[in-house]
Amino acid sequence: MHLILFLVFAAFCLAGAVNLLLQTHPIDSALSLIVVMVSLAVLYLMLGAEFLAAAQVIVYAGAIMVLFTFVVMLLNAGREERTRGSRSYKVVGFPAVVIILALIATVVLHTQNLGAAGLAEGLSNQPGETNLDVLGTMLFTKLLLPFEVTSVLILIAILGAVALARPGESGKPVSK
Amino acid sequence: MSHLFQQQVPLSLYLLLSALLFSLGIVGFLIKRNLITMFMSIELMLNAVNLTFVTFAHQWHTVFLQTHTGPGADAVKGQIFVFFVMMVAAAEAAVGLAIIIAVFRARATLAVDRIDLMKL
Repeated sequence: MHLILFLVFAAFCLAGAVNLLLQTHPIDSALSLIVVMVSLAVLYLMLGAEFLAAAQVIVYAGAIMVLFTFVVMLLNAGREERTRGSRSYKVVGFPAVVIILALIATVVLHTQNLGAAGLAEGLSNQPGETNLDVLGTMLFTKLLLPFEVTSVLILIAILGAVALARPGESGKPVSK
Repeated sequence: MSHLFQQQVPLSLYLLLSALLFSLGIVGFLIKRNLITMFMSIELMLNAVNLTFVTFAHQWHTVFLQTHTGPGADAVKGQIFVFFVMMVAAAEAAVGLAIIIAVFRARATLAVDRIDLMKL
């Protein structure tokens, strides 16, 4: 069952990612990215990370992708133009990607002692203790300061986003 | 058929999937000429890395259950990492999209080839 689920959702993931590259309209790319993120949430669930699966759907597939689609709609972004652009990415970029992928694949496939994942078991050590218990205890005791600093970071991000997106004197359209 | 239902998935497959997604993200960043789509490719790469973190958290937990050495709560550290990556990614998306809106307002285009003010 685990294998079947893995194969199905890994296929969804890869199909979504490839579709993101093939589509020329940003809104189609955004929708295929949502497919990737929801499939990844299922994979997290199978690896015993229930909280992260929920957070993935709510934060990534929900909040962030809504923001993306909002901006695509707001800017009325049309189809992407296929321009010549820089050729250097073909010379340097693609070989680099192939090399990176080959390196990671060889290392991963030759690693011994890597375990296997069975049907969803939470990452808890005592019976009756869920994954969320362990995560929450760690987050609110040992890692309280980083957690609180994150809230300040998000506050700064909100202020920065509002300040950047507000039409001001600096935002006047440049005449071409 | 029943043994297919019992089959376990080796974690190397998860890592391989993550590497593939990351590479697709890089390729997307390289071939896309639209500011928003390039930003989406970056999000794809972040997600690929998150999958690696969750996979290794699972592996660490398996090792802990087998040997019962080391603090058990550490097995969840990979998931904590993913949590923080998600929060930072949310902040990054908000600021990045605001920058994209500002750029669009100033240049009236999203094509990266036309945004070349700082190019030599």
